[in-house]
Amino acid sequence: MHAEYAVPAKDFSVAGAAASAIKQILKKLGINPLVIKRIVVATFEAEVNVIAHSYGGKVVLDVDESGVTVQVIDTGPGIPDLNLAMQEGWSTASDEVRALGYGAGMGLPNIKKNADKLDIVTKAGDHTHITMFFKIA
Amino acid sequence: MHHSLTIDQDVCWGCTHCMKQCPTQAIRIHDGHAHVLSGLCINCGQCLHACPHGAIRIEQTPFGEVTRYARRVAIVPAIFFAQFPDTYTIPHICQAIRQLGFTDLYLAESGVDVLNQLSPRIIPKTGLTISNYCPAVMKLIQMRYPLLLEDLTLRRPPSQIMAMFARAEILAEGVDAQTIGVFYFTPCAAKIAQIKTTGSDESRLFQGAINMDTAYNKVREYLSSHKTPDPSLPDGFTFPGCTASALLWSTVKGECIGVTERAMAVDEMHNVIDFLEQLEEDENTNLNFLELDACAEGCAGGVLTVRNRFLANERLRHWAQSLPSELDDALQERIDQYQDIIRNDMEMERPIPSEALVWDTDTSKAIHKMENSRMIANALPGIDCGLCGAPTCRTLAEDIARSEASIRQCVVLKLKDPKLMNQLSKIWGDRSLGKGLYNGSDVS
Repeated sequence: MHAEYAVPAKDFSVAGAAASAIKQILKKLGINPLVIKRIVVATFEAEVNVIAHSYGGKVVLDVDESGVTVQVIDTGPGIPDLNLAMQEGWSTASDEVRALGYGAGMGLPNIKKNADKLDIVTKAGDHTHITMFFKIA
Repeated sequence: MHHSLTIDQDVCWGCTHCMKQCPTQAIRIHDGHAHVLSGLCINCGQCLHACPHGAIRIEQTPFGEVTRYARRVAIVPAIFFAQFPDTYTIPHICQAIRQLGFTDLYLAESGVDVLNQLSPRIIPKTGLTISNYCPAVMKLIQMRYPLLLEDLTLRRPPSQIMAMFARAEILAEGVDAQTIGVFYFTPCAAKIAQIKTTGSDESRLFQGAINMDTAYNKVREYLSSHKTPDPSLPDGFTFPGCTASALLWSTVKGECIGVTERAMAVDEMHNVIDFLEQLEEDENTNLNFLELDACAEGCAGGVLTVRNRFLANERLRHWAQSLPSELDDALQERIDQYQDIIRNDMEMERPIPSEALVWDTDTSKAIHKMENSRMIANALPGIDCGLCGAPTCRTLAEDIARSEASIRQCVVLKLKDPKLMNQLSKIWGDRSLGKGLYNGSDVS
């Protein structure tokens, strides 16, 4: 099954809306609650990244018998140094974003911790495409 | 789990009020009447508030069953007394309850003092403890938030403790256990469901539940013919003690009294659901204790109460002002006598998750149903008119995907007459082809 959710730039008031909608679907599918929790945490982090750092984007959910795939695709401006971004505590978040309680530099590391498989395609000046996979069996 | 709400098919005419109000989408209309899907119902009783025709019934123990026991014990929550205006004093109401046939009368909230004395409540400074006091919330958590079950406190609620204490006191007199009947005066349907659930702690501790409105009518009838207390008749509680803070346990934030850690209370079912959804996703609340009440204003808002909930709580607070901050030595000694019995049975079993929400235990079948439901939802008008007998277009789509309904139930899709369509489009705009609930993005 397939679903898509738009994520606007700079609107923190809707942070978590996509993660929440995904949660409702997965509960009805009978996915293990502990796996749902990991999916929700990772999706939420990625969603916040899109809101805080990008020009906006979308979250794409695909579920089949083998597992849950969540893709988070934004429209730029890309991550200049992915290795740095994957380190805990590293953040390029503005003071404005940090004032809202985000930007602690835990986003990507937290996604990595929770996903069974993580693939990030990005480069400075281009869009970022995160693909997370979660086993459900 | 037992389910205590039923719809009187002779009175119900399928008006959809209850269906629209149900917080768990557990009501459908068919054959001209509302029907409750018992697997989804949490017995919160919101439907009863919504019903304009009084068609929703709450099961109870027939009052006559009380007389089967030689020792008839009433465990009465403080909110029952608050159903009456101040013209009726607490001793006068106690006298009336006893004249209805109860040989022993205990205030449920005294159980808070028993608990506090035998095992003072400790709220850990780290992590979250969720109250188990509200039975409708308990069932909600079992059904929707299985991971939060780990955070529930297992300490028995005060009414259970008082039932154990009362039984222990009477057994100590040498009375045969079979002749003791313990009855709870309940302000809500969810408590009855717990008591009627075979094998539950409540079904072991209580022999029955008396609905608060029934008890109110009986007591009121007695009081109207006995305007003043009769000094020759007993007029108090069997255990005549309750502290001020214990008395307020059932009010909103009542359980937060005395908690020095971070504590909060949420009341009213839709607030509770909103909050639990959020809590499930984000643990960073800094909360240590969470009280959740299905009814607005706590138990004073229970569906079986009769008096305005604000006035009722005001009477409780007024009553509390006359109560001590701790029990006297004699009462404390009386509690200590049964400490072993109660300490050995202080905790209830951890509630287990219910699978009621899962569409199919076979994941690939569930995925297939989900795909179908989203496709169907896109074809529906999205105005949630309820004429199909489901609360929302989305619910109808889900029911259809699970073979529990048919798309032919959608009345709007059947409107083919161009003249009629033209008239309706003045109200709704052009929805005849479906609004497309899932077209494009789910979240805008």
